[in-house]
Amino acid sequence: MLTGGQILIECLKNEGVDVVFGYPGGAVLPIYDALYDSDILHVLTRHEQAAAHAADGYARATGRPGVCLATSGPGATNLVTGIATAAMDSVPMVAITGQVPTTLIGKDAFQEADITGITLPITKHNYLVRDVNELPRIVKEAFYIATTGRPGPVLIDIPRDVSAAKTEYRDPGPIGLRGYMPRLAGEPARIAAAAKLIAQAKRPVIYAGGGVINSGAAEYLKKLAETIMAPVAVTLMGIGCLPGDHPLFLGMLGMHGARYTNYAVNECDLLLAVGVRFDDRVTGKVESFASHAKVIHIDIDPAEFGKNVPVDISIAGDVRTVLVDLIKNLTCNPDPAWQEKIALWKKEYPLDYSREGLRPQAVIRELSDTLQGRRYRVTTEVGQNQMWAAQHFCITRPRSFISSGGLGTMGYGFPAAIGVQVACPDELVFDIAGDGSIQMNIQELTTAVNYRLPVNVAILNNGYLGMVRQWQELFYNRRYSQTELLNPDFVKVAEAFGAEGIRVEKIAEVGPALEQAIASSRPVVLDFIVEREENVMPIVPPGEAISRMLG
Amino acid sequence: MRSTYSVLVENNPGVLARVAGLFSRRGYNIDSLSVSRTDDPSISRMTIVVEGEKAVLEQVAKQLRKLVDVIRVHDITDEPHVDRELVLIKVNADSGTRGDIMQIVEIFRGRIVDVGEYTSIVEVTGDEGKINAIENALKPFGIMELVRTGKVAMQRGIQTVLVED
Repeated sequence: MLTGGQILIECLKNEGVDVVFGYPGGAVLPIYDALYDSDILHVLTRHEQAAAHAADGYARATGRPGVCLATSGPGATNLVTGIATAAMDSVPMVAITGQVPTTLIGKDAFQEADITGITLPITKHNYLVRDVNELPRIVKEAFYIATTGRPGPVLIDIPRDVSAAKTEYRDPGPIGLRGYMPRLAGEPARIAAAAKLIAQAKRPVIYAGGGVINSGAAEYLKKLAETIMAPVAVTLMGIGCLPGDHPLFLGMLGMHGARYTNYAVNECDLLLAVGVRFDDRVTGKVESFASHAKVIHIDIDPAEFGKNVPVDISIAGDVRTVLVDLIKNLTCNPDPAWQEKIALWKKEYPLDYSREGLRPQAVIRELSDTLQGRRYRVTTEVGQNQMWAAQHFCITRPRSFISSGGLGTMGYGFPAAIGVQVACPDELVFDIAGDGSIQMNIQELTTAVNYRLPVNVAILNNGYLGMVRQWQELFYNRRYSQTELLNPDFVKVAEAFGAEGIRVEKIAEVGPALEQAIASSRPVVLDFIVEREENVMPIVPPGEAISRMLG
Repeated sequence: MRSTYSVLVENNPGVLARVAGLFSRRGYNIDSLSVSRTDDPSISRMTIVVEGEKAVLEQVAKQLRKLVDVIRVHDITDEPHVDRELVLIKVNADSGTRGDIMQIVEIFRGRIVDVGEYTSIVEVTGDEGKINAIENALKPFGIMELVRTGKVAMQRGIQTVLVED
């Protein structure tokens, strides 16, 4: 006979789980008691939100599901931001929460929250376990749902009497979910039609996103691009799906896309959208988005077809499987005039910035140059730091640029970096941060020190909530309402937590500081005091066509 | 436009909340929704009538299919089908008006299922138009209370919406 907690651990082991990010509490005592005897590594974060982000970072770095664990009530609600972040970016995650005993559910018991109700709109699916005998089936289904089809978070809520109850562990057998059957292969007729459209195109552009990375299709995307000689514009989630130094790489499109990227999308006659969802930050004014182009849309989730932008040919299926089939069908005559036009735009409108003082873009470029040739992963916070990283960091492989795209969660990058470092102990991990974002989960310095995780944090410190300040400058007549920050001394903060802190104020100090951080076996906080009112340029004003950029 | 979906769902706790939550957070307008278990106790059937533009209606079906507990979604709007609603109307009725009310009920092939000193309850089954018509016909007598089931629908002939078609 095993307790529900012990059965849960057995199930996690069966799923290949080697690490859980969590925080104990009353309703999960039987689970923590079972963990005490298990080989599964438990990383104790200092806030449940960080446990969720760390599990998310682990999942994005490895492609395997991240697991987080929290107690009932506030423990569970603290996971919510992390779960929503994972849902928006299609990250496979299993969140396990404790719940008050079944007899007390609905009685407003101590630390009771209806977490399955709360997370209904931000999970792919969720479960309240009412009987310990159902636990093995539910855990198996949860991992299956989280990792197949369009990945996403699944929550399992386990009342304390269920995790304490004893029963015989029984293998649940094969999964029988009649309402959930993700399809892999695309319809051959549609693939053939797409190939025909591609053959007719003179000015094709590939618009690639997180779906390429999720399905492990980077190699085939490259092959596709090279076969039809189509430049590749990527979403924030798609960064890494084609090496940043590849001649066909156009960088990020949309609100902070380079001029040449948005011009290419604007003037293309065929938009090949692969593993993307036409987010508003990408399309700008929807009616003007790639308005001269036929649109082919490949995605695992049919609900994305026509949701925001009408498409000519949609192919539902796993991106990798579809691309393999599509490439077989392709014969192409690339038009050199299109390549020349794009090369001209690239020359005429490079992503540039001032060389005076310590510019945040220069810090990113230097970090990028320093890390080339080494194994590294980058996470970001949200705001200017994130956009500069997206624009200026040369990412050369999938799963090495990790950022909260859809939800735009400040405080994501640092705990995510902790999850990444746990997953990739031999790689260099940098969180590119702002002075605002880092303070949203700065307590996790303790976690990094505790588990000897040499995560590095590069704070681009401008003393502002920079992105909001930028909008206030551009669209609110420079009325800096509540965006100037009084900050702590980040070097001293790092030291107080037992980490290392380095302040950098001059461009010449950047390289040596980075080398010092890389050489250190401890977590390092780099406090880059950058130009205060630098803007992320270009920018598409809200509601505008993406070809109409400022800057 | 208005579409009628026949939807098979797992008869799990919370399945109605999942469907209702989907409609509210994506801003879809439910005209009517009726739900009950089928001959297979593990499965419930929902008949959902939705109002919206074509693109929205397409999204409704696709988003419903994404729910793990939703087994099948079938748009039966343009297929030959039978649809019915049931209404109970409690109407003011005394010895002076009861005869007139009974006549109206007869025309609509309804039934009087309760008679009180001052009231009668009228039961009528039919499509939406018929239900609206009897409601209007009884209004002059004074409707005290009214309850409609919402639409249930089924395809004609051998067509079915089952788990495996």
